[in-house]
Amino acid sequence: MLAESLALSAALFAIGVVGVLTRRNAIIVFMCVELMLNAVNLSFVALSKLYGATGQVFVIFVMTVAAAEAAVGLAIIIAIFRHKQTVNLQNINLLRG
Amino acid sequence: MSNQFYPLFYSFHFYLFGLMALASSLMFVTRKSPVAAAMWLVATMFALAALYIMLDAQFVGVMQVLVYAGAIMVVFLFVVMLLNLGSPADLNDMRGKWGRLLAGFVGLALVAELMALTKSPLDLRLVLPAATDVPPTGGVIASIAAPMFKEYLLAFELTSVLLLAAIMGAVVLAKKTDAR
Amino acid sequence: MMTVPTSGTHALASTVAQFVWLLPLLPLIGFLINGTLSLLAVAKLGPDDPSAAGHDAHHDDHGHDHDHGHHAARHKFAGIVSLVGPGVLLLAFALAVAIFVAMRGVEMHEPYLLTLFQWMPVGDLHIDAALQLDPLSMVMVLVITGVGSLIHIFSVGYMQDDPGYPRYFAYLNLFVFFMLLLVLGGNYPLLFVGWEGVGLCSYLLIGFWFSEKANADAGKKAFIVNRIGDFGFLVAMFLLFANVGSLDFAGVAENAGKLPFGGVVITAICLFMFLGCTGKSAQIPLYIWLPDAMAGPTPVSALIHAATMVTAGVYLIARSSLLFSMAPVASLTVAVVGSLTALFAATIGLKQWDIKKVLAYSTVSQLGYMFIGVGVGAYTAGVFHLVTHAFFKALLFLGSGSVIFAMHRAYHATHNHDDAQDMRNMGGLRKYMPVTWTLMWIATLAIAGIPPFAGFFSKDEILGNVFARAHGSMLSEVTWLGVPGGTVLFVVWGLGLASALLTAIYMTRMMLYTFHGPNRSGQAEQGHLAEAPWIMTGPLVVLGIASAAGGWLNLPELIPIGPIGALEKWLEPVVGVATKRIAGTEGHESVSTEQMLIGIAVAIAVVGITIAITRLKPAALVTKKESPASTGFARVLEHKYFVDEGYDAAIIQPTVATSRVVLWKGVDVGLIDGLMVNGSALAARALGWLGSQLQSGQIGTYAWVLLIGVIALLSAFTKYH
Repeated sequence: MLAESLALSAALFAIGVVGVLTRRNAIIVFMCVELMLNAVNLSFVALSKLYGATGQVFVIFVMTVAAAEAAVGLAIIIAIFRHKQTVNLQNINLLRG
Repeated sequence: MSNQFYPLFYSFHFYLFGLMALASSLMFVTRKSPVAAAMWLVATMFALAALYIMLDAQFVGVMQVLVYAGAIMVVFLFVVMLLNLGSPADLNDMRGKWGRLLAGFVGLALVAELMALTKSPLDLRLVLPAATDVPPTGGVIASIAAPMFKEYLLAFELTSVLLLAAIMGAVVLAKKTDAR
Repeated sequence: MMTVPTSGTHALASTVAQFVWLLPLLPLIGFLINGTLSLLAVAKLGPDDPSAAGHDAHHDDHGHDHDHGHHAARHKFAGIVSLVGPGVLLLAFALAVAIFVAMRGVEMHEPYLLTLFQWMPVGDLHIDAALQLDPLSMVMVLVITGVGSLIHIFSVGYMQDDPGYPRYFAYLNLFVFFMLLLVLGGNYPLLFVGWEGVGLCSYLLIGFWFSEKANADAGKKAFIVNRIGDFGFLVAMFLLFANVGSLDFAGVAENAGKLPFGGVVITAICLFMFLGCTGKSAQIPLYIWLPDAMAGPTPVSALIHAATMVTAGVYLIARSSLLFSMAPVASLTVAVVGSLTALFAATIGLKQWDIKKVLAYSTVSQLGYMFIGVGVGAYTAGVFHLVTHAFFKALLFLGSGSVIFAMHRAYHATHNHDDAQDMRNMGGLRKYMPVTWTLMWIATLAIAGIPPFAGFFSKDEILGNVFARAHGSMLSEVTWLGVPGGTVLFVVWGLGLASALLTAIYMTRMMLYTFHGPNRSGQAEQGHLAEAPWIMTGPLVVLGIASAAGGWLNLPELIPIGPIGALEKWLEPVVGVATKRIAGTEGHESVSTEQMLIGIAVAIAVVGITIAITRLKPAALVTKKESPASTGFARVLEHKYFVDEGYDAAIIQPTVATSRVVLWKGVDVGLIDGLMVNGSALAARALGWLGSQLQSGQIGTYAWVLLIGVIALLSAFTKYH
């Protein structure tokens, strides 16, 4: 099932990418990133069947980082919404050089 | 259940949950409403949790349900509802036709690249550690716990610092400042 | 013959000669003391204003205005400076005499080298700070310290009221230090250090009264013109190292023979070296700085611009005699340029009114004579004339300094703003300055070539050698610019005779206008004209004796009134090989020919003096203010053939115009400022603008760019099969 798992992982990752590229709602973009992380987790788990439990340890770490990221990212989105009254990325260009 | 049917049974469920994950993720990216999208993402995560369990990663599967589907997605929904993102302007967040076409093309290219990568004749020893295939001793949780608290103890402890920082960052960022 | 001796084995090593390093060190100590005192004085009393005093600071009337407000008192440090400045020179002279005596006691077959320290050990190039003592450098050291001491003593009187008194002696001591380094240096680079050092001191002393622009300009002119010559010298050194592989005199002497005789390389080395000489020794075409250099104090003109520094070129050629003897074409060039310079400068000297300008052109002319000597391979004769010229020209300059001193004092007392250096304002000074008058006549007879004075012997030897070389020598065999060498040498001889005639005329003219006839300085001034103090006339007397008796240094066989050819025997170890090589199969002149040559030389001198005395009427002369502008050829001569104007139009103005239009407006402002400095700033700004356009702040755009990059990288790393 390794090949199928990796193929599914690639497909989910690509779907996440397409979502990031097409959507402008910050929260949905964020969720797309979560999907990409999940896709990576899938390949970790699939490969851990072959190479030992270390891969699963990394999945735990990825989840932790994802949780932290979600907390901070959503806090940022709330702060931006308070400031701009929108979460549409097109209207947010604070990083403009 | 006889062993004779087990592989078929296994394969059926594996493909089933795989298709579920694929279909629900496609639904997720195409929904306009953030709430609907979040719900489809939760479905994807459930399907992935099932796949994890089928891949002998029961602990990770449980964590997937508890942390991702349970905690993180709830926070997402909570924020969506807190911000009340329901206005038509916010709902219409798709890029134009050409943008979507191009994004689809990029996605397909990415899949092709990744598939090619799995098939590439790269010497896997350069990329991956040697296959150990150690039989799990003391159960699935112990097999994860052993490397986590031995080899990756420092990383684990640092993760706690990361979480603490994230909590404090979130509090500071989300706190209402009256000064402005 | 010429091998590098280690300083321990040479016969001189155990004598007083081992202290040869003290020779340059003494003036250096003097420089340090006087320089410190000068700085101290400046720190305590404020900068010394050169316009506050000075005897010949001003060539023209308007320069006088500001120096009559007060009479400058003697300098605060005058006592110690008067002791140190001439003192170190006298010590050095005493040491030089002691070394000379020691040298006479040993057989000098090879030079005595004293290596002080390694200077430039770079790859194949090994240059030591080494002093070389041999007969030639000994002669130069004696002249420099001897004449130098006298001029230093004279300066004590001449410069007594100058506010820059310590500064003057500091520069003068520094000059002697560099000059001794020049003649004692054991290799070309060390010689070049001295060469540049004396150039620096020359610049500093020409512009000593720098508050007048003309003086500062004259200093700059000397410095810049000399740079052209130094370029030649440097190229010669590069060529020498590239082709001979050595830069110390011993190594060059050893290895120069490997170069093809008369080849392009050796000729180029010698010609570039001679270019250096034309700068330092004021020959055509670079002589123009020397007349302007008269802006400096008169003792400076005597020491630097007559007796020592300007003869460095002659010394250099004598020092490189082995090289020049291998390049007959270059040697002939030296002789031709020397003879042309001798005649050219002599004609200009005929019509100058400034007493120092006459002497300046006379110096240029006599330097030309020396180059004739070293050019035809008569190195001893060239050096001989260098020595005698140092005596009588120093005497003439110091004498003129004495005259100017008296004139200036008289003008100062009567608040007259006339030119103290113009001969039209002098006349009849014999009555007031009998000592100076007598001594200057001795020098005049010497330079004109009247026996038994010094100049007669040295000039006669040069002309005699030219005549002898014209047939049967190495030089007469080659062709120079298509002309047979023999013919060239006859022309050189003719030019030499002509300039000898002119020398007699213009020197007599100077004497007549200065000392004879009625006095034109004015009724009031006559009461203030007086002989200079003994501290100035004393050195004059010594130089007078030297000018009169200098010929005994190298008597010809025909006049056996003393030791025959002493200098020739003395210099034989240094220039003997080269002299013999050039002389070749040249037959010894018959006694009758030599008698005829001497007769011609004396006759020409007598004729010149007679012409001047009979044709010039000092009584008819009027002062500078009343003189009408001269016309015709006299005007051309008075304006020095308009050479300065010609250089100005042909070289300086085009250079300035090119600098202004092409280099400044074009290259500097346009290319460097515009294109490179501002251009790169503009490019940086444009690139920055482009970069900032990428930073749109749109996360979506960033994601797109990122992913395209990811795909590109992945496709680069993936191997398809």
